[in-house]
Amino acid sequence: MSTTAIPTKPWAKSPRDRIIGFSFFFAAIAFSYFFVAATEMKGKLAYAFIFFLAYALISSTFSFINRGRQAAKDAFVSALVALGAVVTVAPIVSILATVLQKGIPGLHFGILSNDMSMATPTDPIPTGGLLHAITGTLTLVTLSLILSVPIGILTALYLTEIKGKFVGPIRFLVQAMSGVPSIVAGLFILSAVLYPITKNYSALMGALALTILMIPTIARTSEEVLLLIPNELREAGTALGGTQWRTVAMIVVPAARSGLMTAIILGIARIAGETAPLLLLTGGGDKVNSNPFSGSVGSLPYYIWKSFLAGSPESITRAWTGLLVLMIVVLILFISARALSNRKISK
Amino acid sequence: MIQTPESEKAMSSTQPSSLASVANARIERTQASTATGTGLESRGVHAWFGKNHVLADINLEFAAGSVTALIGPSGCGKSTFIRTMNRMHEFIPGAAMAGQVLLDGKDVYAPGVDVTKIRLQIGMVFQKPNPFPSMTIGENVLSGLKLAQIKVADKDELLESCLVRAGLWNEVKDRLDAHGGSLSGGQQQRLCIARALAVSPQVLLMDEPCSALDPGSTLRIEDTIRELSDSMTIIIVTHNMQQAARVSDYTAFFLSDGGPGEMIEVARTSDIFSQPKDKRTENYVTGRFG
Repeated sequence: MSTTAIPTKPWAKSPRDRIIGFSFFFAAIAFSYFFVAATEMKGKLAYAFIFFLAYALISSTFSFINRGRQAAKDAFVSALVALGAVVTVAPIVSILATVLQKGIPGLHFGILSNDMSMATPTDPIPTGGLLHAITGTLTLVTLSLILSVPIGILTALYLTEIKGKFVGPIRFLVQAMSGVPSIVAGLFILSAVLYPITKNYSALMGALALTILMIPTIARTSEEVLLLIPNELREAGTALGGTQWRTVAMIVVPAARSGLMTAIILGIARIAGETAPLLLLTGGGDKVNSNPFSGSVGSLPYYIWKSFLAGSPESITRAWTGLLVLMIVVLILFISARALSNRKISK
Repeated sequence: MIQTPESEKAMSSTQPSSLASVANARIERTQASTATGTGLESRGVHAWFGKNHVLADINLEFAAGSVTALIGPSGCGKSTFIRTMNRMHEFIPGAAMAGQVLLDGKDVYAPGVDVTKIRLQIGMVFQKPNPFPSMTIGENVLSGLKLAQIKVADKDELLESCLVRAGLWNEVKDRLDAHGGSLSGGQQQRLCIARALAVSPQVLLMDEPCSALDPGSTLRIEDTIRELSDSMTIIIVTHNMQQAARVSDYTAFFLSDGGPGEMIEVARTSDIFSQPKDKRTENYVTGRFG
């Protein structure tokens, strides 16, 4: 009879190791508490700093005694890497927590059904709503997507598939374009389109400026994604008698679909909270405007800016709620974009 | 014997050293073969990458329905040579060529020739299995039809017959909707063969099709090659001498002595391995160098 093998993990930490690890952790907490209390240092940052220092020192000393210099270095660098990760995540968590904490008091069902045409930012919270700003932002994002996704992806295809004479200058210009400050894009549309031609605020004017900001993001990310598609696939398509256009459309783009969707999501992220061009071009109306081509239109960033300016406690709560809603809208856009690309793949 | 007046003229214009080899390359057409056309021929084919001359004066005839193995050390231009056959060579930036490639007597490089039609007639299987990742197994097989916009009456029948001929049908018939990437390496390569068969090429070029595969999959693909040779001309590049001996009717030995790659000798496979005419061929097939 053969013995039954039991799966084990000999490399896992033993309970003793865990207890030692935890005791270091608590020792470091205790040390930082007393150390900060004993000295003149003040504030949460001091606690965090002393805690990390203490933890790194304790764990590396322990490793040095048990396993020597190399292990001590290893433990110290591990603590340093963990510090880096925490430092990166901390501001994001802090922003999220602040927005949630200050924005939730302003939430009510009315924000989805009312606009601000019958209310001012300083009115009590239950009056008015965000409908004009939500629809405005969605209109702006949709128009910008319609304009910039084809241009951005076609630019990327020119750079990676056609590889024409102008690849160098175009790549350079796209990179330069990604450094254009948003206010410059806004002023450009203002002076080149709004004043001489349309002479009227509209969602389209805002979307044009946002498109200028969005194209470089989409083009550069798409280019990088398309460069990752192995050349063997292009050769295989061509060797089967496909023209270049059909090979790109049927094989290269579908293979890159998920990456291209990421490029689009990054493009949305680039513009969803953009404020400066909208201040110049959209008029920031308080009423739902169903015509994207004419008339003043609101948007969430504009609403946030306007509410903060009003300065009363109610209006500042409104601004935080606007931020919260903007984050939720962007999140919904991301999730639906991701779901859209996955659905097509699994078909 | 296949011997057109044209090819005789071409032979007499070649250098004396390669004349003997070309004479040996006269190929008998297999009687049982159903292959169409008169096969493929290269006349004085040279190739360059930029200023680098990689292939010099290759004269070879591939009779319809024959299997020809191209052997030789790495970097001697075998792959470049077969890529000049279906005009995939021009894909590489800086590539240039000289000479003629005749399919049924017509130059594939002649002005006005539709290059996509050429690639439909001369199919290709690559060294690394490269099924299209965004398509299912069934879609992969039929992808050539969509790419070249060919209409077929019965897609299901074609799908089955291609997979049967590629020796893959029994393994995948219940999961044609699965992704090509879910197959093993050997199955993926046979899927790529089935994909190449779906557009019914006259000639199939295979660029080291088994180099990334285990011995079992290799044998399966060799079986497939033998079955396919009834209906099409096959040119296979291989580093595996046993494989050349097992699957091919004719073998051509390529070599580069620092300069451009040249075709040293071509003959019946049995002759190349038992009584090569050139000392260098003998050294290579007996494993003394390369």
